[in-house]
Amino acid sequence: MESFKKISSIVTPLDKVNVDTDQIVPKQFLKLVQKSGFGKFLFFNWRYDEHENKKSDFVLNNPKFENSQILVAGDNFGCGSSREHAVWALLDYGFSVIIAPSFADIFLSNCFKNGILPITLDQKIVEKLQQETGTVEVDLENQTIKTSAEEIHFDIDSYKKKILLEGLDDIAQTFQYEKEISEYEKESKIPSVL
Amino acid sequence: MNIVEKILARGAGKSSVSPDDVVFAKVDKVMMHDVSGPGVIKVFDKLKKQGISVDKLWDASKVWVAEDHFVPSAEKASAENIVKLSNFTKNYGIEKHFKYGMGQYGICHTISHEEAMVMPGDVYVGGDSHTNTTGALGAFACGLGHTDIAYVLLNGQIWFKVPETYYFKLNGKLPDHVMAKDLILKIIGEIGNDGGAYRTMQFGGSGIDEMSVESRLTLCNMTTEAGAKNGIVEPDQKVVDYLTQRGATNFNLVKGDEDAEYSKVFEFESSEMEPTIAKPFSPDNTCIVREAPSVELDKSYIGSCTGAKYEDLEAAAKILKGRKVKIRTEVLPAAISIYQRAMENGLLKIFLDAGVTVGPPTCGACCGAHMGVLAKDEICISTTNRNFPGRMGHVESQTYLSSPLVAAASAVTGKITDPRDLE
Repeated sequence: MESFKKISSIVTPLDKVNVDTDQIVPKQFLKLVQKSGFGKFLFFNWRYDEHENKKSDFVLNNPKFENSQILVAGDNFGCGSSREHAVWALLDYGFSVIIAPSFADIFLSNCFKNGILPITLDQKIVEKLQQETGTVEVDLENQTIKTSAEEIHFDIDSYKKKILLEGLDDIAQTFQYEKEISEYEKESKIPSVL
Repeated sequence: MNIVEKILARGAGKSSVSPDDVVFAKVDKVMMHDVSGPGVIKVFDKLKKQGISVDKLWDASKVWVAEDHFVPSAEKASAENIVKLSNFTKNYGIEKHFKYGMGQYGICHTISHEEAMVMPGDVYVGGDSHTNTTGALGAFACGLGHTDIAYVLLNGQIWFKVPETYYFKLNGKLPDHVMAKDLILKIIGEIGNDGGAYRTMQFGGSGIDEMSVESRLTLCNMTTEAGAKNGIVEPDQKVVDYLTQRGATNFNLVKGDEDAEYSKVFEFESSEMEPTIAKPFSPDNTCIVREAPSVELDKSYIGSCTGAKYEDLEAAAKILKGRKVKIRTEVLPAAISIYQRAMENGLLKIFLDAGVTVGPPTCGACCGAHMGVLAKDEICISTTNRNFPGRMGHVESQTYLSSPLVAAASAVTGKITDPRDLE
């Protein structure tokens, strides 16, 4: 996992609530398991019509947002199936930060495992950010979002902040302590059946 | 402590835990299937490249694998995933791999109870969001993403934030025309898609005591649609009998203390319950069947971990006996063991006589994968769990969620029908 850098980008407003993981990556692509390349399936049914032509009215197809790394969405983002492909697709497409008033639990957890920063903010602030047209800076180290007009603070669990900043997933994090774990296990008097 | 706090405390080796505590808990069982399995294998490959050893699982005997989403394979990519999964279980010595075409197999959440894979008091995690289902056996059961499952496979434990608990109390036995599905739809309609977010939804009261284990499974199954961390029912003699019939022994029933705390209690009267549906495009968009919009249905689908357990098939058969379906209707028993009982008890004959197509166990069209997916503008009534846009096929198709009784009654009339209103 790559370590999380300061992000400067315009925001992509996705003015929808309850965006479920099947909208993020439709099920027909779940059979594919190559690590990269899921970006092209992101929001597939919203981006393309049945002949796979781009739908001009969908925000991701607006050239203005082409290099955006920050997605600002509605309540309960990432609900539905636990498919981690949803996070892979967002990341592969180029999003590093997702801002919403709330996230579904498994999706939220999957973000941290893959280096995406999910930020939960008050509904009113999210709505305001969706209107923002200029460059926005997300600084995880200082837990701030800077727009042309203001600086917004966000909360994040200190452990999750650390793993994103250091680019460690839980597994890599645990293996940092491999030596200590082996030593403990050697010492441990607890019978292995427990 | 309530039941979930007790299970997590035991898993974490602590004398007590409270909501919001973060604990590292030992996992008793872990499950993956033909979508999450290949995802986990990919995580393993990545770890290998980083020089991390993935040669050995923490305990292969506690891992079990289902084939359900894309089986029987409709095309090459799915077939290759099944091969990949088989190689994985062979290499790591995982014996409990329920393969299609080789006896018992079915939807993972159905196998979990049909094969007694999970026991009361277990900490059980699965690579699927509806893992919540199995909480009906009195276990702490929740879904995880692929990376977390890979972690559990290697380490045998995982961290949890102890959830606060919403307690849903049902007073009195549900009337015959109302099923657990109606109740859970009503609850989701009241608390909303994220009303249970990161909470436990526990069910209890005299109405739940009266309920069969399979009905409780339906309730816990759809706690996922309210965003809950898990769903749970305290285990009783019914659970013991149910699992004993399926070969389980040595029970350790964990129950909440007398003074267990719940952050909120919701009460429902069975006598006031009505057959309920969720309209497109969200499970919380509910109304009672008698106030349903008058739409011409194209299809009735009786399948999935939510709505194709034996009891669900029995309810559908009760309606379809001696009647004919007016629209395309499919029944897909959720596991081979259920299929077999349906055959032995004459249910399959009732379905076939009514004109229904009976398919093999599979997640099939519930997740829009294959076997009866919907075309543009088609409208389906379904015993499944989600009706987001495109869930069962074309993004402009529509799904109404209902109980098996309502899905069967609607199959007969071609309109959304309360079973009491059938002639």
